[in-house]
Amino acid sequence: MARSLMKDGRPRSPFSIVTMVVLALLWTIPTVGLLVTSFRSRDDAATSGWWTALLNPFSQSWTTSNYEGVWNGQDFGAAFLNSIVIAIPATIIPIMFAAFAAYAFTFMNFPLKELFFLLIIAVMVVPIQVAFQPMLDFLGPNGLGISGQYMAVWLLHTGFGMPLCIYMLRNYMSTLPRTIIESAKIDGCSHYQTFWRLVAPMSMPAIAAFATLQFLWVWNDLLIAKLFLNSENVTVIVALQKLLGTQGQGQELLTAGAFISIIVPMIVFFSLQRFMVRGMTSGAVKG
Amino acid sequence: MTTATSEAAPRQKLRDDDPDANLRMNPAKVAIGIIGMVVIVWALGNMFLAFGYYPEKFGSKIVIGVLAVIGGVGGAAALFYFLNMFVEGLPRRLSEGLIPYAFVLPGLALVTLMLIYPTFQTVNYSFANSDSTAYVGLQNYRTIFGESAFWTSIGNNVLWLLIVPAVVVGLGVVVAVLADKLSATGEKVAKSLIFLPMAISFVGASAIWGLIYAYNNPGQAQTGLLNAIVVGLGGQPQTWLAISTAKLNSILLMVILIWLQVGFGMVLLSSAIKGVPEDTIEAARIDGAGEFQIFWKVIVPQIRGTVITVFVTVFILVLKVFDIVYVTTNGSYGSDVIANLFFNKLFAASEAGQATAIVVVLLVAVIPLIWFQIKHFKDEEAG
Repeated sequence: MARSLMKDGRPRSPFSIVTMVVLALLWTIPTVGLLVTSFRSRDDAATSGWWTALLNPFSQSWTTSNYEGVWNGQDFGAAFLNSIVIAIPATIIPIMFAAFAAYAFTFMNFPLKELFFLLIIAVMVVPIQVAFQPMLDFLGPNGLGISGQYMAVWLLHTGFGMPLCIYMLRNYMSTLPRTIIESAKIDGCSHYQTFWRLVAPMSMPAIAAFATLQFLWVWNDLLIAKLFLNSENVTVIVALQKLLGTQGQGQELLTAGAFISIIVPMIVFFSLQRFMVRGMTSGAVKG
Repeated sequence: MTTATSEAAPRQKLRDDDPDANLRMNPAKVAIGIIGMVVIVWALGNMFLAFGYYPEKFGSKIVIGVLAVIGGVGGAAALFYFLNMFVEGLPRRLSEGLIPYAFVLPGLALVTLMLIYPTFQTVNYSFANSDSTAYVGLQNYRTIFGESAFWTSIGNNVLWLLIVPAVVVGLGVVVAVLADKLSATGEKVAKSLIFLPMAISFVGASAIWGLIYAYNNPGQAQTGLLNAIVVGLGGQPQTWLAISTAKLNSILLMVILIWLQVGFGMVLLSSAIKGVPEDTIEAARIDGAGEFQIFWKVIVPQIRGTVITVFVTVFILVLKVFDIVYVTTNGSYGSDVIANLFFNKLFAASEAGQATAIVVVLLVAVIPLIWFQIKHFKDEEAG
């Protein structure tokens, strides 16, 4: 048996290598196609497949005009800014509220605690569609009158992200050593001080995990952004959806727009993948 | 820690010396706490309303964004600070009983406002007319149950639910097992590439796959990858997403979701598989079990919990699948799903009554999942 060994001494598995290379290629090709097409001129993209450009890179006229066209002409620049302005507060604000709640659920005893927590778990699964008509009324002109503004969307994402955030942070906090919390109490720290000085810093891995997931959800959301933002405040995802709706012309702009919309999540993904994995393995059900 | 100790120690002492501390109220703390909370709520409310009503006064959107982050985060911190001060100022016995609620209720109030109240209101609206001004009894349910579009959507949803979660789990296990056999670098690269689509939005993914399913008239060069392959093999180009025979278009849309979700399944299953104790596998090997037997009889039973978690999570996602269908076919060619039908009733047709009735159908469908979640949680707490 002349099976070659890997550095760590395990036998090399040719079947696994071949299958994984094929799968990895299958998973990558669609995105590569988008990236390549976004740099091709309109005529090139309409008359030949993107893979011909990749096979013959020097006989192609590469261009960045699609990006200029979609950034200025289709207002992706403004939409990009909207996405950032929406996603950052909608990621941080729920953590504030959820962290305090998670602290109480983990380290305090109080009547109705069990019931409250089961409620949190139950609403994690409730589809967010239940909220749309009532919230359109509540936030709309006959209610608070903020529908269409950033604030409406921040509020909604805060509410919808809250159950999962409380759940994840509580799970993490319950792994922290209780003795530290108790010694802080003996030292005379109030709960508020214990939370800020001890529990919040120690829970950073779980906070980062939730923040990564929540940022991606908010950035990639179409439903809430479409229903609760007016046309000046739309996000890149809504702008891309509108571009997808226009048939025929603008095909070349579409690919550039799509790439603009996925570049930020991709950066987040590559830099925070570690946290994202941790977030997912600690339960990522969201209704 | 040390500063906290030295600051707090005298206070602790004072409390012990003072037998009345349990009963005494600290009016200054209570007053500052109340005033602080009122001011914070008032200021934040006005700031956010100003963003809403007079966005132009702030110059640019970046200013609004920065102010919102500071206001939202700082405001929430200050709110909790004053709330805490108020509760601490109360007589000690009362204060200790109230502090947990001061921590829990703000978050719980938001959940109540955004999810629990709307659930009841949605059920309520589903018995009302299109602009929720008068009750119409069961009329909305009669209307949606009488429409063939509704039953097509239900049928498609069932198909999505049967196929997507199972395929995600299956492919996730395959990828996790095979990646485990690669070298450390190979495993990392392969997993990252398969995981990457998790970061992409449904809309972005639909745009990406639009390039694969694209159609050009016969005779022209095919720019869609799938048609290029078909034509290369001597076939005729097809308008893939318009083919409802054997639900082909729905299945092609499912491919997009599977492409997005396999990475999620893989990550969870991979960590579960790596957690399977090596000696159980070794023991089976000594007993003469083949790799296949080891997988089914030793590994699978030990990762069962994770398999169920992945399945349920994807199941919940698929139940509400919307974006992919909305931006590709918008439900035409027999590919509609329930969440897209809901959106079009609400947004395009302005039929709030019928739209909420559809959500009630969705709600009924998730009741078993709520039960499952609670049971799962109780099992974990007990174990």
